[in-house]
Amino acid sequence: MTLFNLGAREAGHYAEPVTLADLVEQGEARSVVLESGDEVAALKPYLNRLELVVLRFPIFRDGRGFTQARELREYLHFGGEIRVEGHVLPDQADFLKRCGVDSVVLPEGSDVRPWERQLKRYSVSFQRSVLPEKVLDVGTRVAR
Amino acid sequence: MTTAIGQYQYDQVDRDFLAARIEEFSEQVARRLDGALTEDEFKPLRLMNGLYLQLHAYMLRVAVPYGTLNAAQVRAFADVARRYDRGYGHFTTRQNIQFNWIRLEDTPDILRLLADVDMHALQTSGNCIRNVTSDEFAGAAADELVDPRVHAEILRQWSTLHPEFTFLPRKFKIAISGSPNDRVAARFHDIGVIARPGDDGRVVFQIFVGGGLGRTPIVGQELYDSVPEERLLATLEAIIRVYNAHGRRDNIYKARIKILVQALGVAAYRNEVEAELAQMDIARYRLSPEMVASIEARFAAPDLQAPEGAAAVLAEQRAQNMVFDRWVRSNTHAHRSEGHIIAVVSLKPPGEIPGDVTADQLDRLAGLSERFAYGELRTTHLQNVVFGHVRQDQLYDLWRGLVDVGLGAPNVGLIGDIVACPGLDYCALANARSIPIAQKLGARFADMTLQEQIGALQINISGCINACGHHHAGHIGLLGVDKRGEEFFQMTLGGRADDQATVGKILGPALPEDDTVDAIARIVDRYLQERSGQESFLETLKRVGEAPFKEAAYDTV
Ligand code: HEM
Ligand code: SF4
Repeated sequence: MTLFNLGAREAGHYAEPVTLADLVEQGEARSVVLESGDEVAALKPYLNRLELVVLRFPIFRDGRGFTQARELREYLHFGGEIRVEGHVLPDQADFLKRCGVDSVVLPEGSDVRPWERQLKRYSVSFQRSVLPEKVLDVGTRVAR
Repeated sequence: MTTAIGQYQYDQVDRDFLAARIEEFSEQVARRLDGALTEDEFKPLRLMNGLYLQLHAYMLRVAVPYGTLNAAQVRAFADVARRYDRGYGHFTTRQNIQFNWIRLEDTPDILRLLADVDMHALQTSGNCIRNVTSDEFAGAAADELVDPRVHAEILRQWSTLHPEFTFLPRKFKIAISGSPNDRVAARFHDIGVIARPGDDGRVVFQIFVGGGLGRTPIVGQELYDSVPEERLLATLEAIIRVYNAHGRRDNIYKARIKILVQALGVAAYRNEVEAELAQMDIARYRLSPEMVASIEARFAAPDLQAPEGAAAVLAEQRAQNMVFDRWVRSNTHAHRSEGHIIAVVSLKPPGEIPGDVTADQLDRLAGLSERFAYGELRTTHLQNVVFGHVRQDQLYDLWRGLVDVGLGAPNVGLIGDIVACPGLDYCALANARSIPIAQKLGARFADMTLQEQIGALQINISGCINACGHHHAGHIGLLGVDKRGEEFFQMTLGGRADDQATVGKILGPALPEDDTVDAIARIVDRYLQERSGQESFLETLKRVGEAPFKEAAYDTV
């Protein structure tokens, strides 16, 4: 597998992530993997220990992971790494990044150029995200 | 470029963005062609750019944000129709325009041509927040409380490539109006917004959620009575976040927000929204008065100066020409400014395809808008076109110009003003052809005197249960059904999309096409017998119930 970094944070090395159910059993784990139907709020008791949250995309059309990432950052103020694995497209790179995702797991040998291109594509966005983006003039747009 | 009236003026940042978006789409087409993207992966991506695969060809749906166009944009549509289509376009029930005969390879070029006039096809399809619709009389109607276009533009921008809400369970449609007379079908949208002035001078918003037509027609319910302007974006984000997390993804027929709202109940949905709002960093979502002002500043207001006596000129011309007078009665609406009037152009000439316009007609409409309406044109959710600000002393000349290109039908709001989906002539999902029956009905009631005598009567036709023709919201609705391989139509009565939104009730067994036309003729006759005074069809239906109409409809069958 290839780890692709969406932003400045370098993907770290962690022990194999446990499922949400296992996390409840063995509260010591430092990395967890959430399925797209899992509630992010369930991580609350473990937050200060967790270093990595992996969000699984069963298929790229299932957009729940975007909300999960955003809730992790915005509601739970999670400062660790958020990683996405499963079926995602390079066309989603910027959306993932702006919802707070740091890295993406790609199949070994994947071409990362479309991912890189997508991250550089836009110089403006029309809504605030969880990133500290620079607000343009009065604030309806942000610079990228 | 001259300043456009009634629409947000792009700056270089907006144009660069659009160019980058087209570049992205061109690359997606290339990746599809070289196999890097599977058809399954490509489909949602092309849909987000308005490109559908229909029965015979690709269809490109171009966004007309809040239904406002300038003359150059209308001419660009004519250009696309001539160069890339078969010489015509089709206005839709969401104020957009579609071109039905497009080649995949041509789409990047078409998108560039449109971008030259600040137009795009973004989010006219796909499971994202769709192009936001608004009141076709915005900024002009005498009955308006707040001009909704500024907030419609704010919503357009906010929803553009929204990082969190581009892969929702299903498509998401928002409409916004600023008049108590709902002309946007707010209660049949995923989110319907009605703006009005608040106590502090800022705008407040009544928000409906969970309305929709389709397989499961549901009237939207009020989620909030008055959301302050500052919290508009936060509230919408919270509503859609709940939907994105909890809307069903296992069955596309149960994936719209209306199903979730029904499942939870509106009170529980509100609690969920409140729970989101309580955790959100509200300051980040704040829509400040400065932000609103900066968007508003990009709109130009028309300089509404009518000469003294404009109204008298119009009165005189009406008195002299009965045909013109009838058109004025059916096809105009009161303007807020003295000496002005709003003119509606019917795209439903008897026997023609509802909503279709030829390239020549588009060019002529552009020219007329420049001469008589500040270079501005609006599209309506009933598939007509509006000139928002016309001087009363110039209305007659405008009408003459319309008659010249076959657009003088005096039937707005009348039985000939039919809304129909593309149906089996274009659509792979259809059970029946919607267009021929619309043409037959148009021809049956072609007599304009009869139409006027019948009065307000809205017919809506859908070729299948997906309800693109909004049949549930028609005073008379027709739904195409398949009976052992034959095209039949099921009738509903009593639907309406306004502030008293109602889903029409099924009248009885479906009938074949010609029998349906006859049955509607008998229903109308019966109404004319039953009606008391100036009652509208809906009022008579309410008073006497459906029994007489059922009897009339199935009389001889
Ligand atoms: C010919 C190609 C078309 C196809 C294959 C198509 C397909 C569909 C489908 C499957 C739905 C149901 C979606 C759902 O229930 O979530 C739908 C809804 C809708 N379509 Fe179309 N459509 C087509 C053309 C049009 C056109 C030309 C118009 C406008 C005149 C239109 C307007 C609508 C509207 C307004 C709805 C939403 C109804 C609602 O509120 O749920 N469609 N369409
Ligand atoms: S209502 Fe049915 S037949 Fe008509 S356009 Fe929609 S999907 Fe096609």
